[in-house]
Amino acid sequence: MGFQEGTKKGDSKRLKQAVAFGVFKVLSFLVVAILVIILGFIIFNGITAISWEFLTEMPREGMTAGGIFPAIVGTLCLVVGSMLFAFPVGILSGIYINEYAKDGWLKRFIKLMTNNLAGVPSIVFGLFGMALFVNKLGFGDSLLAGSLTLGLLALPVVIRTTEEALKSIDDSFRVGSLALGASKWQTTSKVVLPIAFPNIITGLILSVGRVSGETAPILFTVAAYFLPKLPTSIFDQVMALPYHLYVISTSGTDIEASRSMAYGTAFVLIVIVLLVNLLANWLRKYYGKKVKMN
Amino acid sequence: MKTTPPVKRNVSRLGEKAIEAVLTLSGTVTSLTVLLIVFFLFKEGLGLFSQTPVSEGSVIAVSAQNPVKELSSAQIKEIFDQEITNWQEVGGPNASIQLFSVDDITDYYSEEEIGKDFEYLPQRLSDLMVREPNLLVYFPEEYLAKDFKGHQIKLKNITLTDFLLGRQWYPTITPAVQMGVLPLILGTLWVSLGAILIALPLGLATAIYMAEIASPRMRNLLKPIIELLAGIPSVVFGFFGLVVIVPMIQNVFGLPVGETALAGSIILGIMALPTIISVSEDAMRTTPRAMKEASLALGANKWQTIYKVIIPYSLSGISTAAILGIGRAIGETMAVLMVTGNASVIPSTFLEPVRTIPATIAAELGEAPQGGIHYQALFALGCILFLMTLVINLTVDYVSAKREAK
Repeated sequence: MGFQEGTKKGDSKRLKQAVAFGVFKVLSFLVVAILVIILGFIIFNGITAISWEFLTEMPREGMTAGGIFPAIVGTLCLVVGSMLFAFPVGILSGIYINEYAKDGWLKRFIKLMTNNLAGVPSIVFGLFGMALFVNKLGFGDSLLAGSLTLGLLALPVVIRTTEEALKSIDDSFRVGSLALGASKWQTTSKVVLPIAFPNIITGLILSVGRVSGETAPILFTVAAYFLPKLPTSIFDQVMALPYHLYVISTSGTDIEASRSMAYGTAFVLIVIVLLVNLLANWLRKYYGKKVKMN
Repeated sequence: MKTTPPVKRNVSRLGEKAIEAVLTLSGTVTSLTVLLIVFFLFKEGLGLFSQTPVSEGSVIAVSAQNPVKELSSAQIKEIFDQEITNWQEVGGPNASIQLFSVDDITDYYSEEEIGKDFEYLPQRLSDLMVREPNLLVYFPEEYLAKDFKGHQIKLKNITLTDFLLGRQWYPTITPAVQMGVLPLILGTLWVSLGAILIALPLGLATAIYMAEIASPRMRNLLKPIIELLAGIPSVVFGFFGLVVIVPMIQNVFGLPVGETALAGSIILGIMALPTIISVSEDAMRTTPRAMKEASLALGANKWQTIYKVIIPYSLSGISTAAILGIGRAIGETMAVLMVTGNASVIPSTFLEPVRTIPATIAAELGEAPQGGIHYQALFALGCILFLMTLVINLTVDYVSAKREAK
């Protein structure tokens, strides 16, 4: 490149590159700026609405006063419920696909279906959950129906995470274990899974983050508009944070009066997302170091 | 050397078999779920086409002398909108159509004749059918007399063509519902297209910057930020759109309402960014080093290498990113529901309100009685949405399988 330096052609080439790179840099920073603006806006407006009472009290006066405690508890119940279903099934399924399934049409079919399930819009999960769990199986609008619907939504994420984590493990571990006389399941459970564990956990946490913010699947399967009490059984309706935010920002009794509650709820949701991301990042780093040390 | 006793060995072999069975079962759960989704969506959705589009519990009837025995739901609507005023236009005699709903009964009969508690109303309605041959009546089913003397109009079933190409979406209008989804399909495509027009340039630029230009430190800083963007719940985006973007659009363009397709596109564009960035960045990173080095060695500078070598090489990955982004946009529900205004008209500019398929389902399913025609229509919308995203997913699978084969 050296002999071109100083010529006009080289100059225009360098100018073009500088311009292009400058544009890319500006656009990238614009993307970051968008995120900062959204986060900043919610945090800045939301933090003033947050108080101990806001987090621990029932909503009052047509949701223009009081707190969001039942919505927090409801979301928590839904996350736990959906994960009770999605984790075991998803992890086992991931193990099957990567360790046990033989290459062939069945494996291809299952992978295709998993991909498709991941691409199904969340409102379709809502329709399906309503048709199957709420109406056909007769669970009604309930924690059970909502948890199962959300669990199905999280399933492809869990499967893919497990699969990716297992795929990244070198075959020499498996071959070594099998050569020592261990059975296939012993190899999988004692050798492969422990190494894959950190990556699986990270993925699981991210799926928790996703499930806690979903609204469309719970619209018709569990979410209650206004229910100032805590659930007592799995057949109860619950309030949930995302649905609550939707209701008080679009169709509450007095939208202006409940605006500060809306900011507060959005703030809580954002904090959950931030915490989940931080936790996932921290685990990735923590286990990353530990694995290297061994 | 110790050998395992045969019994124990058999037991453990049995255990292995059991574990394998459990794993296989779990592996099939997703496939089963997809099949179940298809089954339930289509079972309810296809039920729509064996329904007549009469609103729940109402009767539409004409005099028995009237030769018109069948009308389509579009014709009913045009008649009630007074766009069709003569029976001749729908194959009847040359006489003007007189509309009658049950409130008009006092024009024909006195209060005594109807009865204090409307106990004679069914009889009077039946009599009316003999008295007035040019009447088109509609009334609640509960007032249908046992020996009704009029002729109940059988509405033609909704056909797939009516459903897909109909331009009117009034699922609860009386006496005949209108279930044309064209405005909803176009609204969905319109908003998604706008979103991708916003997200693709921004996303690609960011991907190029992260993959090829930024220092590793900068990249490590940007990557978690993009991931964070992906984690924000859609209802928060919707809320942000509602309180910031919508008023802004209203002020900038001087519109009566800010809830427009543009607002939806902006929000969806932001939401599609993380997908587009991470997929296309991955694609660019797979460009073989030898190719880049060869290009640089030939005297090309970095920018020339990027747009002459790396971008063409990763084009299939980039298109995968764009298709996935569109898929996300098409299926997104809450944010769109909150910012697009939800008017079911065929849009002509980005500054008009639109209604998308997911938003329609979310907004209307709560008030549609289970098993009714409206309920089934919303499931049919779910089928359309499912098929749209299925096509997109299969395309993505096909493109990436082709790339792997390369």
